[in-house]
Amino acid sequence: MYSDKVMDHFANPRNVGVLTDADGVGQVGNPVCGDMMTFYIKVKDDRLADVKFQTFGCGAAIAVSSMVSEMAKGKTLEEAMAITNDLVAEELGGLPKNKMHCSNLGADALHEAIKNFQGKREGRAPREGGPADLHEHEGGACPYCESSLEEEDKTFCRACHIEFEECPSCGGITKKGDAACIHCGKPLGGKD
Amino acid sequence: MRKVYLDHIAATPLHPEALEAMRPFLGEAYGNPQSLHAAGLEAQEAVEAAREEVAGLIGAANSEIYFTSSGTEANNFAVKGMALGQQARGKHVVVSAVEHSSVLNSVKALEKHGFSTTLVPVDRFGRVDPSDVEKALTKETVLVSVMTANSEVGTVEPVAEIASVCRSRSVLFHTDAVAAAGSIPLDVKTLGVDALSLAGDQFYGPKGSAALFVRKGARIMPLIDGGIQEGGRRGGTENVAGIVGMGRAARLARVEMEARTAALRPLRDRLLEELPRRIENVVVTGSRTDRLPHHASFCVEFVEGEAMLLSLDMKGVAASSGSACTSKALKASHVLLAMGLDHATAQGSLVFSLIGTATGEDVDYLLEVFSPIVDRLRRMSPLYTQFLKERGS
Repeated sequence: MYSDKVMDHFANPRNVGVLTDADGVGQVGNPVCGDMMTFYIKVKDDRLADVKFQTFGCGAAIAVSSMVSEMAKGKTLEEAMAITNDLVAEELGGLPKNKMHCSNLGADALHEAIKNFQGKREGRAPREGGPADLHEHEGGACPYCESSLEEEDKTFCRACHIEFEECPSCGGITKKGDAACIHCGKPLGGKD
Repeated sequence: MRKVYLDHIAATPLHPEALEAMRPFLGEAYGNPQSLHAAGLEAQEAVEAAREEVAGLIGAANSEIYFTSSGTEANNFAVKGMALGQQARGKHVVVSAVEHSSVLNSVKALEKHGFSTTLVPVDRFGRVDPSDVEKALTKETVLVSVMTANSEVGTVEPVAEIASVCRSRSVLFHTDAVAAAGSIPLDVKTLGVDALSLAGDQFYGPKGSAALFVRKGARIMPLIDGGIQEGGRRGGTENVAGIVGMGRAARLARVEMEARTAALRPLRDRLLEELPRRIENVVVTGSRTDRLPHHASFCVEFVEGEAMLLSLDMKGVAASSGSACTSKALKASHVLLAMGLDHATAQGSLVFSLIGTATGEDVDYLLEVFSPIVDRLRRMSPLYTQFLKERGS
Protein backbone atom coordinates (compact mmCIF):
# COMPACT_ATOMS: atom_id res chain seq x y z
CA MET A 1 0.00 0.00 0.00
CA TYR A 2 2.80 2.43 0.88
CA SER A 3 6.09 3.02 -0.97
CA ASP A 4 9.38 2.00 0.68
CA LYS A 5 10.17 5.66 1.18
CA VAL A 6 6.90 6.24 3.05
CA MET A 7 7.58 3.22 5.24
CA ASP A 8 11.12 4.44 5.94
CA HIS A 9 9.90 7.88 7.02
CA PHE A 10 7.15 6.26 9.09
CA ALA A 11 9.54 3.86 10.84
CA ASN A 12 12.35 6.41 11.25
CA PRO A 13 10.76 9.85 11.16
CA ARG A 14 13.20 12.76 11.02
CA ASN A 15 12.92 15.83 13.26
CA VAL A 16 10.21 14.64 15.63
CA GLY A 17 9.76 16.83 18.66
CA VAL A 18 8.75 20.12 20.18
CA LEU A 19 10.76 23.37 20.09
CA THR A 20 9.94 25.07 23.37
CA ASP A 21 11.53 28.33 22.13
CA ALA A 22 10.04 28.14 18.64
CA ASP A 23 9.80 31.31 16.54
CA GLY A 24 6.67 29.99 14.87
CA VAL A 25 4.11 27.24 15.45
CA GLY A 26 1.54 25.93 12.97
CA GLN A 27 -1.14 23.30 13.34
CA VAL A 28 -3.53 21.72 10.84
CA GLY A 29 -6.00 18.88 10.76
CA ASN A 30 -8.23 17.50 13.47
CA PRO A 31 -8.90 14.15 15.09
CA VAL A 32 -12.07 13.67 13.02
CA CYS A 33 -10.01 13.31 9.86
CA GLY A 34 -7.68 11.17 11.89
CA ASP A 35 -4.69 13.38 11.22
CA MET A 36 -3.33 16.37 13.08
CA MET A 37 0.08 17.97 12.62
CA THR A 38 1.97 20.59 14.59
CA PHE A 39 5.11 22.20 13.18
CA TYR A 40 7.67 24.23 15.14
CA ILE A 41 10.27 26.42 13.44
CA LYS A 42 13.40 28.33 14.46
CA VAL A 43 14.30 31.13 12.06
CA LYS A 44 17.78 32.64 11.62
CA ASP A 45 18.68 35.15 8.87
CA ASP A 46 15.43 34.41 7.07
CA ARG A 47 16.24 30.70 6.96
CA LEU A 48 14.67 27.75 8.76
CA ALA A 49 17.47 26.96 11.21
CA ASP A 50 15.45 24.18 12.78
CA VAL A 51 12.16 22.42 12.09
CA LYS A 52 10.42 19.97 14.42
CA PHE A 53 7.01 18.38 14.25
CA GLN A 54 4.50 16.25 16.09
CA THR A 55 1.83 14.25 14.28
CA PHE A 56 -1.24 12.33 15.37
CA GLY A 57 -2.23 10.18 12.46
CA CYS A 58 -1.72 7.29 10.13
CA GLY A 59 1.50 6.10 8.53
CA ALA A 60 1.11 8.49 5.62
CA ALA A 61 0.59 11.50 7.88
CA ILE A 62 3.73 10.70 9.88
CA ALA A 63 5.82 10.11 6.76
CA VAL A 64 4.54 13.31 5.16
CA SER A 65 5.46 15.38 8.23
CA SER A 66 8.90 13.83 8.36
CA MET A 67 9.50 14.52 4.67
CA VAL A 68 8.31 18.12 4.96
CA SER A 69 10.66 18.74 7.87
CA GLU A 70 13.56 17.34 5.87
CA MET A 71 12.69 19.35 2.76
CA ALA A 72 12.26 22.58 4.73
CA LYS A 73 15.28 22.56 7.00
CA GLY A 74 17.88 25.12 5.90
CA LYS A 75 15.60 26.66 3.28
CA THR A 76 14.75 30.36 3.12
CA LEU A 77 11.24 31.23 4.19
CA GLU A 78 10.35 31.96 0.59
CA GLU A 79 11.67 28.60 -0.56
CA ALA A 80 9.82 26.84 2.24
CA MET A 81 6.57 28.57 1.29
CA ALA A 82 6.99 27.10 -2.20
CA ILE A 83 6.89 23.52 -0.88
CA THR A 84 3.49 22.10 -1.78
CA ASN A 85 1.65 19.05 -0.51
CA ASP A 86 1.91 17.55 -3.99
CA LEU A 87 5.68 18.00 -4.06
CA VAL A 88 5.91 16.22 -0.73
CA ALA A 89 3.83 13.31 -1.97
CA GLU A 90 6.01 13.13 -5.08
CA GLU A 91 9.18 13.14 -2.96
CA LEU A 92 7.74 10.20 -1.02
CA GLY A 93 7.26 8.18 -4.18
CA GLY A 94 3.52 8.79 -4.22
CA LEU A 95 0.71 8.26 -1.72
CA PRO A 96 -2.47 6.18 -2.01
CA LYS A 97 -5.20 8.30 -3.58
CA ASN A 98 -7.42 8.27 -0.52
CA LYS A 99 -4.55 9.57 1.60
CA MET A 100 -3.92 12.60 -0.59
CA HIS A 101 -6.40 14.82 1.22
CA CYS A 102 -6.35 14.44 4.97
CA SER A 103 -2.93 12.93 5.47
CA ASN A 104 -1.04 15.13 3.08
CA LEU A 105 -1.16 18.35 5.10
CA GLY A 106 2.46 18.68 6.14
CA ALA A 107 3.25 21.61 3.85
CA ASP A 108 0.15 23.45 5.08
CA ALA A 109 1.25 23.01 8.69
CA LEU A 110 4.73 24.28 7.85
CA HIS A 111 3.27 27.31 6.05
CA GLU A 112 1.11 28.04 9.08
CA ALA A 113 4.20 28.02 11.28
CA ILE A 114 5.95 30.44 8.92
CA LYS A 115 2.93 32.75 8.83
CA ASN A 116 2.80 32.59 12.61
CA PHE A 117 6.46 33.69 12.73
CA GLN A 118 5.89 36.48 10.19
CA GLY A 119 2.87 37.70 12.10
CA LYS A 120 4.86 37.89 15.31
CA ARG A 121 7.73 39.68 13.55
CA GLU A 122 5.41 42.28 12.13
CA GLY A 123 3.95 42.81 15.56
CA ARG A 124 0.57 41.39 14.65
CA ALA A 125 -1.26 39.21 17.08
CA PRO A 126 0.30 35.78 16.77
CA ARG A 127 -1.95 33.47 14.86
CA GLU A 128 -1.15 30.32 16.70
CA GLY A 129 -4.34 28.90 15.42
CA GLY A 130 -5.95 25.96 17.08
CA PRO A 131 -6.44 22.90 14.99
CA ALA A 132 -7.66 24.87 12.02
CA ASP A 133 -8.84 22.64 9.23
CA LEU A 134 -7.20 24.36 6.34
CA HIS A 135 -6.90 21.71 3.72
CA GLU A 136 -8.89 22.10 0.59
CA HIS A 137 -10.91 19.22 -0.65
CA GLU A 138 -10.83 19.49 -4.40
CA GLY A 139 -13.20 16.59 -4.80
CA GLY A 140 -11.83 14.95 -7.91
CA ALA A 141 -12.30 11.45 -6.55
CA CYS A 142 -14.99 9.58 -4.66
CA PRO A 143 -13.93 9.45 -1.01
CA TYR A 144 -15.24 5.90 -0.76
CA CYS A 145 -13.95 4.05 -3.80
CA GLU A 146 -11.36 6.52 -5.08
CA SER A 147 -12.63 6.42 -8.65
CA SER A 148 -12.64 9.82 -10.29
CA LEU A 149 -15.94 11.62 -10.42
CA GLU A 150 -17.43 12.70 -13.71
CA GLU A 151 -16.45 16.22 -14.69
CA GLU A 152 -20.03 17.27 -15.38
CA ASP A 153 -21.40 15.75 -12.22
CA LYS A 154 -19.22 15.77 -9.15
CA THR A 155 -22.12 14.97 -6.89
CA PHE A 156 -22.55 11.33 -7.83
CA CYS A 157 -20.23 8.31 -7.88
CA ARG A 158 -21.27 5.90 -10.60
CA ALA A 159 -19.29 3.06 -9.03
CA CYS A 160 -20.77 3.37 -5.54
CA HIS A 161 -24.13 4.86 -6.51
CA ILE A 162 -23.63 7.43 -3.78
CA GLU A 163 -24.83 11.00 -4.00
CA PHE A 164 -22.54 13.67 -2.62
CA GLU A 165 -22.75 17.22 -1.51
CA GLU A 166 -20.10 19.79 -0.76
CA CYS A 167 -19.52 20.31 2.94
CA PRO A 168 -20.30 23.97 3.73
CA SER A 169 -17.59 23.96 6.41
CA CYS A 170 -14.55 22.46 4.72
CA GLY A 171 -15.59 22.21 1.07
CA GLY A 172 -14.96 18.47 0.98
CA ILE A 173 -17.09 16.04 -0.99
CA THR A 174 -19.19 14.10 1.48
CA LYS A 175 -22.16 11.78 1.35
CA LYS A 176 -25.47 13.53 0.89
CA GLY A 177 -27.89 13.06 3.75
CA ASP A 178 -25.23 12.16 6.30
CA ALA A 179 -25.44 13.93 9.64
CA ALA A 180 -21.83 15.08 9.54
CA CYS A 181 -19.08 15.66 6.99
CA ILE A 182 -16.73 12.68 6.77
CA HIS A 183 -13.77 15.04 6.50
CA CYS A 184 -14.27 17.67 9.17
CA GLY A 185 -17.07 16.17 11.23
CA LYS A 186 -19.07 19.38 11.19
CA PRO A 187 -22.82 18.91 10.91
CA LEU A 188 -24.31 19.14 7.45
CA GLY A 189 -27.46 21.05 6.67
CA GLY A 190 -30.90 19.52 6.63
CA LYS A 191 -31.47 16.26 4.83
CA ASP A 192 -31.78 16.79 1.09
CA MET B 1 10.75 -12.93 13.40
CA ARG B 2 7.82 -14.38 15.31
CA LYS B 3 4.51 -14.29 13.41
CA VAL B 4 1.43 -13.74 15.53
CA TYR B 5 -1.95 -13.68 13.79
CA LEU B 6 -4.56 -11.84 15.85
CA ASP B 7 -7.09 -11.05 13.15
CA HIS B 8 -9.75 -13.74 13.45
CA ILE B 9 -12.42 -11.16 12.60
CA ALA B 10 -10.84 -10.64 9.16
CA ALA B 11 -10.31 -14.33 8.35
CA THR B 12 -9.55 -17.62 10.04
CA PRO B 13 -7.10 -20.13 8.59
CA LEU B 14 -8.66 -23.04 6.73
CA HIS B 15 -8.78 -26.11 8.98
CA PRO B 16 -6.59 -28.88 7.48
CA GLU B 17 -9.50 -31.34 7.76
CA ALA B 18 -11.76 -28.93 5.85
CA LEU B 19 -9.12 -28.63 3.16
CA GLU B 20 -8.89 -32.41 2.91
CA ALA B 21 -12.67 -32.71 2.62
CA MET B 22 -12.69 -30.09 -0.14
CA ARG B 23 -9.83 -31.52 -2.17
CA PRO B 24 -11.79 -34.08 -4.26
CA PHE B 25 -14.27 -31.38 -5.30
CA LEU B 26 -11.47 -29.19 -6.63
CA GLY B 27 -10.21 -32.15 -8.63
CA GLU B 28 -11.75 -35.35 -9.90
CA ALA B 29 -15.20 -34.85 -8.34
CA TYR B 30 -16.27 -31.99 -10.57
CA GLY B 31 -19.89 -32.91 -11.17
CA ASN B 32 -22.74 -30.42 -11.01
CA PRO B 33 -25.06 -31.27 -8.10
CA GLN B 34 -28.08 -30.68 -10.37
CA SER B 35 -27.02 -33.31 -12.93
CA LEU B 36 -28.75 -36.66 -12.97
CA HIS B 37 -25.67 -38.79 -13.61
CA ALA B 38 -23.32 -40.36 -11.09
CA ALA B 39 -20.89 -37.43 -11.09
CA GLY B 40 -23.77 -35.10 -10.30
CA LEU B 41 -25.11 -37.36 -7.61
CA GLU B 42 -21.72 -37.49 -5.89
CA ALA B 43 -21.62 -33.68 -5.72
CA GLN B 44 -25.23 -33.47 -4.61
CA GLU B 45 -24.67 -35.92 -1.79
CA ALA B 46 -21.66 -33.93 -0.62
CA VAL B 47 -23.63 -30.67 -0.64
CA GLU B 48 -26.50 -32.23 1.28
CA ALA B 49 -24.15 -33.77 3.85
CA ALA B 50 -22.60 -30.34 4.35
CA ARG B 51 -26.05 -28.79 4.70
CA GLU B 52 -26.75 -31.20 7.53
CA GLU B 53 -23.55 -30.20 9.32
CA VAL B 54 -24.25 -26.47 8.97
CA ALA B 55 -27.84 -27.01 10.14
CA GLY B 56 -26.49 -29.01 13.07
CA LEU B 57 -24.23 -26.16 14.16
CA ILE B 58 -27.22 -23.89 14.78
CA GLY B 59 -29.99 -26.37 15.55
CA ALA B 60 -31.82 -25.87 12.23
CA ALA B 61 -33.49 -28.30 9.85
CA ASN B 62 -31.54 -29.10 6.67
CA SER B 63 -34.23 -27.55 4.51
CA GLU B 64 -33.86 -24.25 6.36
CA ILE B 65 -30.23 -23.70 5.21
CA TYR B 66 -29.51 -21.72 2.02
CA PHE B 67 -25.89 -21.56 0.92
CA THR B 68 -24.57 -18.19 -0.23
CA SER B 69 -21.25 -16.77 -1.39
CA SER B 70 -20.53 -14.65 1.68
CA GLY B 71 -21.90 -13.33 4.93
CA THR B 72 -22.59 -10.12 3.04
CA GLU B 73 -24.78 -11.97 0.54
CA ALA B 74 -26.59 -13.78 3.36
CA ASN B 75 -27.31 -10.42 5.03
CA ASN B 76 -28.47 -8.86 1.76
CA PHE B 77 -30.65 -11.88 1.09
CA ALA B 78 -32.23 -11.76 4.53
CA VAL B 79 -32.81 -8.01 4.80
CA LYS B 80 -33.89 -7.29 1.25
CA GLY B 81 -35.57 -10.63 0.64
CA MET B 82 -37.67 -10.60 3.81
CA ALA B 83 -38.57 -6.90 3.66
CA LEU B 84 -39.54 -7.00 -0.02
CA GLY B 85 -41.37 -10.27 0.52
CA GLN B 86 -43.71 -8.55 2.94
CA GLN B 87 -43.96 -5.05 1.55
CA ALA B 88 -47.69 -5.46 1.11
CA ARG B 89 -47.92 -5.52 4.92
CA GLY B 90 -45.74 -2.51 5.57
CA LYS B 91 -42.57 -0.70 4.64
CA HIS B 92 -40.67 -0.11 7.85
CA VAL B 93 -37.56 -1.92 9.07
CA VAL B 94 -35.66 -1.67 12.36
CA VAL B 95 -31.92 -2.30 12.66
CA SER B 96 -29.31 -1.46 15.27
CA ALA B 97 -26.84 1.38 14.81
CA VAL B 98 -23.88 -1.01 15.00
CA GLU B 99 -24.82 -3.44 12.22
CA HIS B 100 -22.34 -4.53 9.58
CA SER B 101 -22.29 -2.41 6.41
CA SER B 102 -23.98 -5.25 4.50
CA VAL B 103 -27.08 -4.78 6.68
CA LEU B 104 -26.92 -0.98 6.86
CA ASN B 105 -26.44 -0.61 3.11
CA SER B 106 -29.15 -3.18 2.36
CA VAL B 107 -31.50 -1.04 4.41
CA LYS B 108 -30.36 2.03 2.46
CA ALA B 109 -31.16 0.16 -0.75
CA LEU B 110 -34.64 -0.64 0.62
CA GLU B 111 -35.21 3.07 1.18
CA LYS B 112 -35.11 3.44 -2.61
CA HIS B 113 -38.10 1.08 -2.67
CA GLY B 114 -40.01 3.34 -0.34
CA PHE B 115 -39.02 1.73 2.95
CA SER B 116 -38.20 3.75 6.03
CA THR B 117 -35.73 2.70 8.69
CA THR B 118 -35.35 3.17 12.41
CA LEU B 119 -31.84 2.81 13.82
CA VAL B 120 -31.88 1.49 17.38
CA PRO B 121 -29.12 2.97 19.57
CA VAL B 122 -26.65 1.04 21.73
CA ASP B 123 -25.25 1.74 25.18
CA ARG B 124 -21.58 2.48 25.82
CA PHE B 125 -20.80 -1.25 25.72
CA GLY B 126 -22.38 -1.59 22.30
CA ARG B 127 -25.45 -3.38 23.64
CA VAL B 128 -28.92 -3.01 22.19
CA ASP B 129 -31.71 -2.69 24.75
CA PRO B 130 -34.62 -4.96 23.67
CA SER B 131 -37.07 -2.37 24.97
CA ASP B 132 -35.62 0.14 22.49
CA VAL B 133 -36.42 -2.34 19.72
CA GLU B 134 -39.95 -2.65 21.07
CA LYS B 135 -40.34 1.15 21.08
CA ALA B 136 -39.14 1.34 17.48
CA LEU B 137 -41.79 -1.08 16.18
CA THR B 138 -44.74 0.41 14.34
CA LYS B 139 -47.75 -1.09 12.59
CA GLU B 140 -45.72 -0.79 9.39
CA THR B 141 -42.68 -2.72 10.67
CA VAL B 142 -42.03 -5.91 8.74
CA LEU B 143 -38.47 -6.77 9.73
CA VAL B 144 -35.99 -6.30 12.58
CA SER B 145 -32.31 -7.09 12.15
CA VAL B 146 -29.87 -7.03 15.06
CA MET B 147 -26.52 -8.79 14.96
CA THR B 148 -25.62 -11.66 17.27
CA ALA B 149 -22.17 -10.28 18.02
CA ASN B 150 -20.22 -7.26 16.85
CA SER B 151 -16.88 -7.99 15.24
CA GLU B 152 -15.38 -4.63 16.13
CA VAL B 153 -16.06 -4.59 19.87
CA GLY B 154 -16.89 -8.26 20.54
CA THR B 155 -20.19 -7.53 22.29
CA VAL B 156 -22.81 -10.29 22.16
CA GLU B 157 -26.32 -8.87 21.81
CA PRO B 158 -29.41 -10.09 23.70
CA VAL B 159 -30.73 -11.79 20.59
CA ALA B 160 -33.22 -14.14 22.30
CA GLU B 161 -34.89 -11.22 24.12
CA ILE B 162 -35.11 -9.16 20.94
CA ALA B 163 -36.51 -12.14 19.04
CA SER B 164 -39.14 -12.58 21.71
CA VAL B 165 -40.18 -8.92 21.38
CA CYS B 166 -40.51 -9.34 17.63
CA ARG B 167 -42.42 -12.60 17.90
CA SER B 168 -44.96 -11.08 20.24
CA ARG B 169 -45.59 -8.38 17.63
CA SER B 170 -45.52 -10.80 14.66
CA VAL B 171 -42.52 -9.10 13.09
CA LEU B 172 -39.82 -11.17 11.39
CA PHE B 173 -36.43 -11.08 13.05
CA HIS B 174 -33.06 -11.63 11.36
CA THR B 175 -29.71 -11.80 13.12
CA ASP B 176 -26.32 -11.40 11.48
CA ALA B 177 -24.38 -14.10 13.31
CA VAL B 178 -21.33 -14.00 11.04
CA ALA B 179 -18.99 -12.92 13.84
CA ALA B 180 -20.53 -15.32 16.36
CA ALA B 181 -21.46 -18.58 14.61
CA GLY B 182 -18.93 -21.30 15.25
CA SER B 183 -17.50 -19.40 18.22
CA ILE B 184 -20.41 -19.41 20.67
CA PRO B 185 -23.30 -21.89 21.00
CA LEU B 186 -26.29 -20.82 18.90
CA ASP B 187 -29.58 -22.60 18.54
CA VAL B 188 -32.13 -21.01 16.24
CA LYS B 189 -35.04 -22.57 18.14
CA THR B 190 -33.88 -21.40 21.56
CA LEU B 191 -33.05 -17.99 20.16
CA GLY B 192 -36.37 -17.83 18.35
CA VAL B 193 -34.99 -16.11 15.26
CA ASP B 194 -36.57 -16.23 11.81
CA ALA B 195 -33.32 -15.84 9.90
CA LEU B 196 -29.64 -16.06 10.75
CA SER B 197 -26.52 -15.39 8.65
CA LEU B 198 -23.29 -17.28 9.12
CA ALA B 199 -20.00 -17.52 7.22
CA GLY B 200 -17.54 -20.39 6.98
CA ASP B 201 -14.45 -18.20 6.97
CA GLN B 202 -15.21 -17.16 10.54
CA PHE B 203 -14.88 -20.73 11.82
CA TYR B 204 -11.94 -22.18 9.87
CA GLY B 205 -13.89 -22.93 6.68
CA PRO B 206 -13.00 -21.50 3.27
CA LYS B 207 -13.69 -17.96 2.06
CA GLY B 208 -16.67 -17.78 -0.29
CA SER B 209 -18.69 -20.16 1.87
CA ALA B 210 -21.64 -18.86 3.87
CA ALA B 211 -25.29 -19.57 4.53
CA LEU B 212 -28.57 -18.07 5.56
CA PHE B 213 -30.93 -19.93 7.85
CA VAL B 214 -34.57 -19.11 7.10
CA ARG B 215 -37.17 -20.56 9.43
CA LYS B 216 -39.61 -22.84 7.64
CA GLY B 217 -42.65 -20.79 6.69
CA ALA B 218 -40.94 -17.39 6.84
CA ARG B 219 -41.47 -15.50 3.62
CA ILE B 220 -38.37 -14.43 1.66
CA MET B 221 -37.86 -13.23 -1.91
CA PRO B 222 -34.84 -14.52 -3.85
CA LEU B 223 -31.97 -12.10 -4.28
CA ILE B 224 -30.43 -14.11 -7.12
CA ASP B 225 -32.96 -15.34 -9.64
CA GLY B 226 -31.99 -18.37 -11.64
CA GLY B 227 -32.44 -22.09 -11.52
CA ILE B 228 -33.82 -24.45 -8.96
CA GLN B 229 -30.74 -24.53 -6.73
CA GLU B 230 -31.32 -23.97 -3.02
CA GLY B 231 -35.01 -24.61 -3.38
CA GLY B 232 -35.31 -21.93 -6.07
CA ARG B 233 -34.43 -19.27 -3.53
CA ARG B 234 -30.81 -18.81 -4.52
CA GLY B 235 -29.91 -19.54 -8.14
CA GLY B 236 -26.44 -20.37 -9.41
CA THR B 237 -24.37 -23.54 -9.57
CA GLU B 238 -23.34 -24.52 -6.06
CA ASN B 239 -19.82 -23.78 -4.83
CA VAL B 240 -19.44 -27.46 -4.04
CA ALA B 241 -15.90 -27.40 -2.64
CA GLY B 242 -16.64 -24.32 -0.54
CA ILE B 243 -19.86 -25.79 0.80
CA VAL B 244 -18.13 -29.08 1.65
CA GLY B 245 -15.35 -27.17 3.43
CA MET B 246 -17.87 -25.13 5.37
CA GLY B 247 -19.74 -28.29 6.31
CA ARG B 248 -16.64 -29.94 7.72
CA ALA B 249 -15.67 -26.75 9.53
CA ALA B 250 -19.18 -26.54 11.02
CA ARG B 251 -18.91 -30.08 12.36
CA LEU B 252 -15.50 -29.36 13.89
CA ALA B 253 -16.80 -26.11 15.41
CA ARG B 254 -19.71 -27.95 17.01
CA VAL B 255 -17.56 -30.74 18.39
CA GLU B 256 -14.62 -28.60 19.48
CA MET B 257 -16.40 -25.41 20.55
CA GLU B 258 -16.05 -26.04 24.27
CA ALA B 259 -12.37 -26.90 24.03
CA ARG B 260 -11.63 -23.93 21.77
CA THR B 261 -13.41 -21.56 24.11
CA ALA B 262 -11.61 -22.99 27.14
CA ALA B 263 -8.29 -22.40 25.41
CA LEU B 264 -8.94 -18.92 24.03
CA ARG B 265 -10.93 -17.25 26.79
CA PRO B 266 -8.03 -17.08 29.30
CA LEU B 267 -5.80 -15.58 26.61
CA ARG B 268 -8.47 -13.01 25.79
CA ASP B 269 -8.93 -12.17 29.47
CA ARG B 270 -5.21 -11.74 29.89
CA LEU B 271 -5.17 -9.25 27.00
CA LEU B 272 -8.19 -7.37 28.36
CA GLU B 273 -6.54 -7.09 31.79
CA GLU B 274 -2.91 -6.61 30.89
CA LEU B 275 -3.00 -4.04 28.11
CA PRO B 276 -4.79 -1.33 30.12
CA ARG B 277 -2.62 -2.21 33.13
CA ARG B 278 0.65 -1.86 31.22
CA ILE B 279 -0.25 1.19 29.15
CA GLU B 280 -2.01 4.23 30.56
CA ASN B 281 -5.06 5.67 28.83
CA VAL B 282 -6.09 2.46 27.12
CA VAL B 283 -9.79 1.65 27.34
CA VAL B 284 -11.46 -1.67 26.65
CA THR B 285 -14.22 -1.31 24.06
CA GLY B 286 -17.34 -3.44 24.19
CA SER B 287 -18.79 -5.56 26.95
CA ARG B 288 -16.61 -7.31 29.53
CA THR B 289 -19.28 -9.89 30.33
CA ASP B 290 -21.19 -10.55 27.10
CA ARG B 291 -18.23 -10.94 24.82
CA LEU B 292 -16.93 -13.27 22.09
CA PRO B 293 -14.39 -15.66 23.67
CA HIS B 294 -11.63 -14.83 21.17
CA HIS B 295 -12.09 -11.07 21.05
CA ALA B 296 -10.19 -8.27 22.79
CA SER B 297 -10.66 -4.69 21.62
CA PHE B 298 -9.36 -1.36 22.83
CA CYS B 299 -9.00 2.30 22.13
CA VAL B 300 -5.50 3.58 22.72
CA GLU B 301 -5.74 7.29 23.35
CA PHE B 302 -3.57 9.90 21.58
CA VAL B 303 -2.48 7.57 18.77
CA GLU B 304 -4.10 6.50 15.55
CA GLY B 305 -5.02 2.93 14.63
CA GLU B 306 -3.35 2.58 11.26
CA ALA B 307 -0.01 3.74 12.64
CA MET B 308 -0.32 1.06 15.33
CA LEU B 309 -1.24 -1.63 12.78
CA LEU B 310 1.73 -0.79 10.57
CA SER B 311 4.05 -0.83 13.58
CA LEU B 312 2.63 -4.15 14.79
CA ASP B 313 2.98 -5.61 11.31
CA MET B 314 6.68 -4.68 11.34
CA LYS B 315 6.91 -6.86 14.45
CA GLY B 316 5.05 -9.73 12.79
CA VAL B 317 1.72 -9.11 14.52
CA ALA B 318 -1.50 -8.97 12.44
CA ALA B 319 -4.43 -7.06 13.99
CA SER B 320 -7.38 -4.83 12.97
CA SER B 321 -8.60 -1.32 13.65
CA GLY B 322 -11.75 0.69 13.12
CA SER B 323 -9.94 4.01 12.74
CA ALA B 324 -10.86 6.36 9.90
CA CYS B 325 -7.47 5.99 8.27
CA THR B 326 -7.67 2.22 8.03
CA SER B 327 -10.98 2.41 6.21
CA LYS B 328 -10.80 3.52 2.62
CA ALA B 329 -13.76 5.74 3.28
CA LEU B 330 -11.68 7.61 5.88
CA LYS B 331 -14.60 7.46 8.21
CA ALA B 332 -14.33 6.66 11.90
CA SER B 333 -16.06 3.47 12.99
CA HIS B 334 -19.84 3.93 13.16
CA VAL B 335 -19.82 1.31 15.91
CA LEU B 336 -17.51 3.25 18.24
CA LEU B 337 -19.29 6.54 17.54
CA ALA B 338 -22.66 4.91 18.24
CA MET B 339 -21.23 3.77 21.59
CA GLY B 340 -20.60 7.41 22.42
CA LEU B 341 -16.84 7.51 21.95
CA ASP B 342 -15.46 10.79 20.63
CA HIS B 343 -13.68 10.92 17.28
CA ALA B 344 -10.18 11.28 18.71
CA THR B 345 -10.56 8.21 20.93
CA ALA B 346 -12.21 6.18 18.16
CA GLN B 347 -9.15 6.82 15.97
CA GLY B 348 -7.11 4.73 18.41
CA SER B 349 -9.27 1.64 17.84
CA LEU B 350 -7.50 -1.71 17.89
CA VAL B 351 -8.89 -5.25 17.73
CA PHE B 352 -6.95 -8.37 18.68
CA SER B 353 -8.95 -11.48 17.82
CA LEU B 354 -7.43 -14.88 18.55
CA ILE B 355 -7.45 -17.93 16.32
CA GLY B 356 -7.45 -21.51 17.57
CA THR B 357 -3.69 -21.97 17.38
CA ALA B 358 -2.95 -18.94 19.56
CA THR B 359 -0.74 -19.59 22.58
CA GLY B 360 0.24 -17.87 25.80
CA GLU B 361 3.59 -17.10 24.17
CA ASP B 362 1.78 -15.22 21.39
CA VAL B 363 0.08 -13.04 23.99
CA ASP B 364 3.40 -12.55 25.85
CA TYR B 365 5.03 -11.48 22.60
CA LEU B 366 2.26 -9.01 21.79
CA LEU B 367 2.40 -7.50 25.28
CA GLU B 368 6.16 -7.20 24.97
CA VAL B 369 6.21 -5.43 21.58
CA PHE B 370 3.12 -3.29 22.00
CA SER B 371 4.16 -0.89 24.78
CA PRO B 372 7.23 0.44 22.90
CA ILE B 373 5.05 0.94 19.80
CA VAL B 374 2.55 3.04 21.73
CA ASP B 375 5.37 4.94 23.48
CA ARG B 376 7.00 5.79 20.17
CA LEU B 377 3.78 6.99 18.54
CA ARG B 378 2.78 8.97 21.61
CA ARG B 379 6.10 10.76 21.66
CA MET B 380 5.20 11.94 18.16
CA SER B 381 1.64 12.89 19.02
CA PRO B 382 0.60 16.51 19.59
CA LEU B 383 -2.48 15.20 21.40
CA TYR B 384 -0.29 13.39 23.92
CA THR B 385 1.94 16.44 24.43
CA GLN B 386 -1.19 18.47 25.07
CA PHE B 387 -2.46 15.83 27.51
CA LEU B 388 0.82 15.81 29.46
CA LYS B 389 0.82 19.60 29.56
CA GLU B 390 -2.73 19.73 30.89
CA ARG B 391 -1.91 17.09 33.45
CA GLY B 392 1.13 19.12 34.48
CA SER B 393 3.82 16.50 34.02
